[in-house]
Amino acid sequence: MQAESAQKIGILALQGNFSEHAQRFAALGAEPILIRYSEQLSQIDRLVIPGGESTCIDKLTAAGSGVDTRIFSLMKERIESGMPVWGTCMGSIFLARNIEGSSQGRLSLMDIEVRRNAFGPQKFSFELPLPISCLSSQPFLSVFIRAPLFLSTGKEVEVLAKLPTEESFGALAGLAVMARQKNMLATAFHPELVSDNRVHSYFLSI
Amino acid sequence: MVTSERAVGAVKTGTELVKRSLPAMLKGGVIMDVVNAEQAKIAEASGAVAVMALERVPADIRADGGVARMSDPELVSSIINSVSIPVMAKARIGHFVEAQILQALGVDCIDESEVLTPADEQYHIEKTKFDVPFVCGARNLGEALRRIGEGAAMIRTKGEAGTGDVVEAVRHARTILGEIRKLTVLPKEELMTYAKEIGAPYELVLQVAQEGKLPVVNFAAGGIATPADAALMMQIGVEGVFVGSGIFKSGDPMKRAQAIVKATTYCNDPEMLAEISRNLGEAMVGRSARTLVGDENLAKRGW
Repeated sequence: MQAESAQKIGILALQGNFSEHAQRFAALGAEPILIRYSEQLSQIDRLVIPGGESTCIDKLTAAGSGVDTRIFSLMKERIESGMPVWGTCMGSIFLARNIEGSSQGRLSLMDIEVRRNAFGPQKFSFELPLPISCLSSQPFLSVFIRAPLFLSTGKEVEVLAKLPTEESFGALAGLAVMARQKNMLATAFHPELVSDNRVHSYFLSI
Repeated sequence: MVTSERAVGAVKTGTELVKRSLPAMLKGGVIMDVVNAEQAKIAEASGAVAVMALERVPADIRADGGVARMSDPELVSSIINSVSIPVMAKARIGHFVEAQILQALGVDCIDESEVLTPADEQYHIEKTKFDVPFVCGARNLGEALRRIGEGAAMIRTKGEAGTGDVVEAVRHARTILGEIRKLTVLPKEELMTYAKEIGAPYELVLQVAQEGKLPVVNFAAGGIATPADAALMMQIGVEGVFVGSGIFKSGDPMKRAQAIVKATTYCNDPEMLAEISRNLGEAMVGRSARTLVGDENLAKRGW
């Protein structure tokens, strides 16, 4: 069998949980590349925007920050021309068109409205076996850390997982936590924190 | 391991995984000491990944003397309400009631800190009981693994807080990382004796020997005052930095804070570091860690 050359997966590495994503993709035979400069974006086949603090990334890439301010505009161009992208937690906030009550910087590509930190402080962060429609029937252990929620999704957006009905979620039950719009995938939780590679594998297939 | 784990239906909060995952999101970032909401807003606007609420920055604790305690809850709440990034706060070593209060206030992480006056000279807080993660200081691998054994979800070097002198943070980071490297080449039959020698739980020694890293995030703290200091610690191999007195005791806090944030991300890029280190105004005055005597060595607090 002829080996295909490994897919190059760019992982935005300005701040956040990028190294775990790199480990997961390496385990699947892809080649992770940590992205800190706009020039690197031409080398990659796919892009992951990991979890981290969105205000930090916003300041690092803002006009006048004196660092690599072209990184976001180039990312946006490549995603608009079809490069698959996956945002986890903070990454989903960057992909979103709307962020509830915030004017912070974003790519504004995915037709979702996001609520930052929807569950409150860290003591309400949680793990949960989550049924995900595009994976096998086995639930996926999902870790939500000061996680966002997708309050509404547009017509072109396919919801792949919803917050189940659980006592502690109250009125939030039923809101989307994983969604896809064409080449763009967003998860409110962190599949890179567990050793189950199914979501990473799914991303490589889109 | 006994934990604070609580399950309501299928939803579990306070698990080891959930607690260790918050610090994981802060990697590559800068956590800044702040004493009020105004400073917290400056820290957030500069790109801090979290703020650490405390009553006085370490340089002032050194200057003022007296007993240093947990911050006033009113102050902690006002900081929580003023920013969207995670808020940490310090409790005294062994003072589990201060920690209970901080958890009730809704802080995202508790620092059981040698910078405050210890409340217990024998025992640290039993941290597995709490829903929120703890960060603890360490000078060597044994100390780091003892704290993790008690439930710490994040480790930082102790350094010497409030000095502006990075030498102790360097010493502690090199010691911890060097001991981890040594551990990875020891044959298994030597690990129990090694665990006994460094006073660390055997299971954690075994895990570090296999994985070549701590099971929790490892940051630098204590004496970091310049962008170059932050980049130095990152290149030595820590995963992020705490900056205490270095920012708000400097001439232009906003500018310096922004520069330290950038230096942490671009720690391997000397040209970028040269650019962002220009014209930052006065660094904190500082004091050589070598001139500290007796009780002035805060890193000796805890065991």
